This record gives sequence, C-alpha cells and structure tokens, in this order.
Amino acid sequence: MMLCLASASIASATEPAPLPPDQLAKAIKTDSLTIPTPGELFAALEKPGKPDWAGQYRTPIPMTYRNRAQIALNLGGLIADGFIAVEAQDSQQVKNIGTDIIKLAKALGVSENVLSRGNSINEFAENSEWDALQEELEATQNEVKSSMQSHRDQDLVILVSVGGWIRGTQVVSASVIKNYDEQSAKVLRQPAVVNFMHSKVNEIGEELRNEPLVKDVSAQLAVIEKLTSFQTGKAPTLDEIRKLNEAVTKLMEEIQNKADTK
Amino acid sequence: MKRFIAILFSAIIVAGGSLRAETDEEVEAHKLVLDLTGAFTNDGFKLRDGHWTGTVKPRERALIAVNLYAGNQYWFSAAANSKAKKIAVELYDETGRALTTDSYNDGERASAGFTPSSSGQYFVSVSLLEGEPTTFCLVYSYK
Repeated sequence: MMLCLASASIASATEPAPLPPDQLAKAIKTDSLTIPTPGELFAALEKPGKPDWAGQYRTPIPMTYRNRAQIALNLGGLIADGFIAVEAQDSQQVKNIGTDIIKLAKALGVSENVLSRGNSINEFAENSEWDALQEELEATQNEVKSSMQSHRDQDLVILVSVGGWIRGTQVVSASVIKNYDEQSAKVLRQPAVVNFMHSKVNEIGEELRNEPLVKDVSAQLAVIEKLTSFQTGKAPTLDEIRKLNEAVTKLMEEIQNKADTK
Repeated sequence: MKRFIAILFSAIIVAGGSLRAETDEEVEAHKLVLDLTGAFTNDGFKLRDGHWTGTVKPRERALIAVNLYAGNQYWFSAAANSKAKKIAVELYDETGRALTTDSYNDGERASAGFTPSSSGQYFVSVSLLEGEPTTFCLVYSYK
C-alpha cells in the first residue's frame, strides 16, 4: 500500500507528563531494537561529510578460531567491516568480507539459509546495489542470531552484537580523531548501549562467562561504558575520543588475537 | 518487496530473547506496519531489520528502549490488529521527558518522527487510545 505522507494528518504532538523513573527502568530492551546497527552509526557519521571509509579497512582476520565465543565476537566485527565496505562502495572488499563472514558462520554450524546469503552478497556487490547490500548484511546478522538460538547457542547472540559495536566504535572514533568536528563527535555518546550489552554478557551461562576472553570483554565493557558517558548535548573532546579509541582498539585486538586458552 | 517476502518466510522470530513462532496476530501487525513504512522508504529512509511485537491494553503503554545517534532522522512506526481503533506512538528522552515529534495517526497505525540533537537512550511509547486489548508491532526507519 502506498501512503502519501504529504496528505496525511501530520501535526506536532502535545507533550504528555514526564514518565516516572520506575516506568523507564521497566522499559523493554531487546537486541533487535535497543542495540543500533553499524549502519545507523555510520549513517550519522556521514552527515557532516563522507569520511575516508577505505582508510578504516583492517588486514584480514584469521579464519582458524576454534573457540565459539571468539568466533561470535569476530563475526560481529566482520559484519561491521562489511558495512564499512558498503559505505566505501568497494565491491571487491564487500565480496572478500562476505566470504569471510560465511566461513566464520560455517564454523559455528549455522543454518543453510545463512550460507545462501553469501551468494546474495556477491550478486549485489557485482551490481553495485549498495542499499540492498546494507539490507542483506543486516539480514545476515539477524539470520546468524536466529540460527544460533535454534541451535541452543543463545548466549552467543549478544557476543555478535558486542563484536559489531566494538568494531563500529573503533572505526568511528578513529575517523573522528582524523578529522575532528563536534557534530561527528556527538555520535559516540552511547553509555546505555554499553550498559545493556554488559548486563546481557553478565547473564550468559557460567561456563561461557568464565572463559578468559569473555571475562576480559565483560571487564572492558565496564571501562568503555564510562568512556562513552559524555554529558548530554555536549560534544566529547578530542582527548576523550582518543581514550575511547584506545580502549576499543585494545579490546578489538584481544578479540582478534587472543590465543584459545580454554 | 524483498523485505515483505522475508517477513512471510520468517514465521520464526526472536522475541523476548527466546525463539518462538509468531502468532497470526503478530504476523498481521507486522505486515500492517511494513505497509506504513513504505512511505518512509520512498523518502530515503532505511528500515531497520528488527521489530518488536507485544500487546497493549486501553489506557496503558508499552515502552521500548532505543539508542539513537545525533544527526540521524528517525521514524518510529507501530500498527495494531483490527481490535484497536486508535493507537499513538510517542517519544521520551532518557529522563522521561516527552519530546515534540512529527506525528502521523491513522486509527490502528501511527508514526512519530524525530531528529535527536544528542546521542543516547530514548524511549518509544506505544499506547492504545481506543479499542480492545491488541497486538502491535513496532519498527523504525532512519536516514
């Protein structure tokens, strides 16, 4: 159905009374709406001007992880890399990352539906269909999460989101450091996202939660929450962004390189 | 269209942190809200591939936490099944203060548009103004 907004009843809403804190505390928080996608973060960063997305590429990560938590965290990071390649409109990079996403997804034993996404990503990249590619990456991430849940890997779902958020924040903070302006810097205020992810990581099963990498991620999220708690409406300083970038870069390196100690 | 087909195939959804089949009412509400968001997509908004389905009773609200980025424009859209006569979508900041939004209301479907000047947590409220207890579906679009 087509809806013509121009003819619809658009008006400014009147302001209801403030909601009490206990009602806010009971608000529904869900991975599917409460944690923003890398695409949303990158869209906000692009508003003042297109960043040098290709300058934010990283060298290919290993595909030989055996620890499932480490695979999930890196899968999230790779999906964020896919969004970066789409923003850079780099077909070959999208295809390379798409191949790696499918390899890591296979290592987790996800469903055939996810694996078929690899073909779609290649096809859209060949045809430079950037909007469709962004949708496909989001759909791939959601399908990976659904597949994890159906394989009783529910605890890994939040790790995919964490990996994606850490990699996205690493890229955005690096980009803002390179070319500081207040509007871009403001996108990095996200304490509630980190708090939510941290609480979800603390809820996962004891065995997984006690793995060295997951313990490190949980500890670092507490630090990163403080580093993203900038004052409302005020842009963080360059120095504050440098500190945040150092923290997320250190954590991303650990996610990527920590030897399996299980 | 591609997204609509995806909905038809996703009879299994992730809801409330567990895997379960969507009810017919949830599928209907999801379809209705996707019809509504078509206008925003035509205006360059990207529809986030995620949704929330729940129930709401008269004079009650469902509150969903979202995290928004300064500079982006957002439209939050909800649709309820035919038991609802009128619903409303409103937005609150992290302190619970109501925000002025652009709004669209069409009986059992409603949207609220907002461009945050500050990044952070916000709350989307879906309330049933008229009608019987109903299932609704919430999605959002951004650009």
